[in-house]
Amino acid sequence: MEKFFKTALILIALSILILVISFLLTLIVQSMPSIKALGFGFLTGKTWDPVANVYGTYPFLLGTLLTSFLALLISIPFSFAIAIFLGEYYPRGWFSEFLKNSIELIAAVPSVIYGFWGLFVLVPLVRTLELKLGVTPYGIGIFTSSLILAIMIIPYAASLGREMIRMVPSSLKEAAYSLGATRYEVIRAVILPYAKSGLLAGVLLSLGRALGETMAVTMVIGNTSLIPKSIFDPGNTMASVIANEFTEAASTLYLSSLIELGLVLFLVTVIINLIGKRIIKRFTTD
Amino acid sequence: MESTILKAIDFDAYFGENHAVKKVNIEIPKNNVVAVMGPSGCGKTTFLRCINRMHELIEGATTKGKMLLNNEDIYEMHPIFVRHKIGMVFQRPNPFPNLSIYDNAIAGYKLNGMKIAKADRDVIVEQSLQKAALWNEVKDSLHKKGTFLSGGQQQRLCIARAIAMEPEVLLLDEPTSALDPISTSSIEVLLQELKKNYTLIVVTHNMQQAARVSDKTAFFYLGELIEYDDTKNMFTNPQDKRTQNYITGRFS
Amino acid sequence: MKQNIKYRIGKSKFFKFMVILLAILCTVPLFVILIYILKEGITKINWHFLVNLPKPVGETGGGIANALVGSLLIVFFAALIAIPIGIMGGIYLSENRKSWLANWTRLAVDVLQGTPSIVVGIVIYFWIVKPLSTFSALSGSVALAIMMLPIVVRSTEETLKLLPDSLKEAGLALGLPYQRVILRILLPCGFSGVISGAILAVARIAGETAPLLFTAFGNPYFSTNILKPMQSLPLLIFNYATSPYDDWHNLAWGAALILLIWVLLLNIITKITTRRWKVQF
Repeated sequence: MEKFFKTALILIALSILILVISFLLTLIVQSMPSIKALGFGFLTGKTWDPVANVYGTYPFLLGTLLTSFLALLISIPFSFAIAIFLGEYYPRGWFSEFLKNSIELIAAVPSVIYGFWGLFVLVPLVRTLELKLGVTPYGIGIFTSSLILAIMIIPYAASLGREMIRMVPSSLKEAAYSLGATRYEVIRAVILPYAKSGLLAGVLLSLGRALGETMAVTMVIGNTSLIPKSIFDPGNTMASVIANEFTEAASTLYLSSLIELGLVLFLVTVIINLIGKRIIKRFTTD
Repeated sequence: MESTILKAIDFDAYFGENHAVKKVNIEIPKNNVVAVMGPSGCGKTTFLRCINRMHELIEGATTKGKMLLNNEDIYEMHPIFVRHKIGMVFQRPNPFPNLSIYDNAIAGYKLNGMKIAKADRDVIVEQSLQKAALWNEVKDSLHKKGTFLSGGQQQRLCIARAIAMEPEVLLLDEPTSALDPISTSSIEVLLQELKKNYTLIVVTHNMQQAARVSDKTAFFYLGELIEYDDTKNMFTNPQDKRTQNYITGRFS
Repeated sequence: MKQNIKYRIGKSKFFKFMVILLAILCTVPLFVILIYILKEGITKINWHFLVNLPKPVGETGGGIANALVGSLLIVFFAALIAIPIGIMGGIYLSENRKSWLANWTRLAVDVLQGTPSIVVGIVIYFWIVKPLSTFSALSGSVALAIMMLPIVVRSTEETLKLLPDSLKEAGLALGLPYQRVILRILLPCGFSGVISGAILAVARIAGETAPLLFTAFGNPYFSTNILKPMQSLPLLIFNYATSPYDDWHNLAWGAALILLIWVLLLNIITKITTRRWKVQF
């Protein structure tokens, strides 16, 4: 009986491993047709026209990069503010509990609800902004997607950052205070440098989340395969084009191109997440 | 007659409701080494941390009474000022791990945003490392990070960092309790050198160290200053019974 | 010098102010969204709404019964698959810290955790939908189960690692066989951690849409057949919100409110179980 149980455990662990390997294999195998046919042009091609059987994914790579990095840029000051607030200024107390729970709630809200709200509330707002700025008032587009994404990814860098800041040894902070530093100077010169790699890991995790986000972005990005000329233009990300076109993909090459896109998305997101996790592991065992 | 540099008048310290330091009156003479000793929990470290106003950084910690540095009440000054004039060395050496030895020595200036010319900076670093008896050992690796230094060397780096600010008083909280015997004695020798230019107050739980190192000794027990005298007198002819019991090892 | 200190203290106070401001600002979008959904959704929910099927375009009324039941079924089967496997996986990892298999499995779990949800949908499409030649609730459950797996494995492993070794030794010393020590002693002691991990995993996937896009696919009719396409709340919200019909928008708002409440409840339950059933050492 013992043997049986122990073997069962091993088998389950093995099957998890096999599951992930098969994942990768399936993606590769199903992308083969387009890998063979299109080669590198797949990533550099600027035109995506299924009707003409042309599959260049540059517009989507650009869309993904733009939305993710813009979202990071917007969310980082907020994530760090929360990390410093909870890690240094208010580690305890009712206000801190309230903020901590709010941040967890932000992460808990399903992305389709963010997309829904974004579509009906944010888009009109952005439209008015675009009118004021004199750009085409699409409402939807890269900018709106980045805004929604920014809100959604705040919790990731924030909670990891908070943990790292709390781990700064108080002896170092005391040394700085004893030399006459102000609280801001202690934060800037001692706490942040010490927590530096942890904060970076948090940023990477936020980035990983942004790259893989599908629904909210799909609902507000505009679903066009043209290369966006400005952040107020509509566009598509790798995830949103798959979501929008997968079930309509009639030809093998079309389907296979979408899957190859999925493969690229998978590799990039997983690598970024793994790097982030590796940094955390090193930090917590140091 | 030695001049008094630091004077506590009816000084109390609290952790919330907990009365940790009770009505202490003490005068510290200039250029002396004053040892503060007593059993664990007697309030000696708390009292020390009140002198450079680190005590109040703890949530709920308060003080009462006067603490005069050169006849000015430090509780009327801004804490940052106080900490420039009264430096501190901690029990565990705590050099900044992300800074080089050079930058650690000058850290006080950097943190306080004081801008000084490179030439002056080099002078300050060399002088403080010299005074801390560390210069010869590190002068060729100033720009390396301090992590390769031994415990004793790290502690001397912390001393250099504190005295680079040119304080008048240096507070040392059990500075050798985390060090090996050889490092300990090198620091004790250093203290005798340092007192020429600074006034030192050393908290120690090691009686023999107090006897070796200090000119005057203060004995604390349960938050009160029980006895304060020249070290020689304290250890050969203690006035209070409790001091006597502590010195003879009745309690520790 | 005094001037300089005043400036530095001012800077420190200003910094604290900015940090507090930014932190509070973060909560604003959250509450705006929650209140908006509440406002729009509450008027749409009534008994009819919960019990009826969506009506064809043009007809008013209609409800989300198929989505409610569909969500429950899909999530239930996903949990059925993921929780036992995840717990066993977590047990293996906590019992075998250094083995070759454990290290690679841990890596695999990390990879799984970072996999975008839409990619999971793609893979399950090829594994289940294509061979069965139909979209199905089952494929949707499998996709969601795969997303739940890393969370359950992780929290089980972490919970068991925290238990003192002496517990296991006490059990073995009593002559208990290995599986009894694990299942009857360790697991019950770590129950709160393991259960809250499971509920957290459910909360995480309850609102997922992307993995269901090409697996469960959605269904305008009522169905409890897991081998056929099935509707679920997130899918309904996505489809109806992006449609041009006002009636469908209304349904989507009501559905959104229900989904939100469901997810929030699950999160609150997770918090309560962690606190209530924690065994102290």
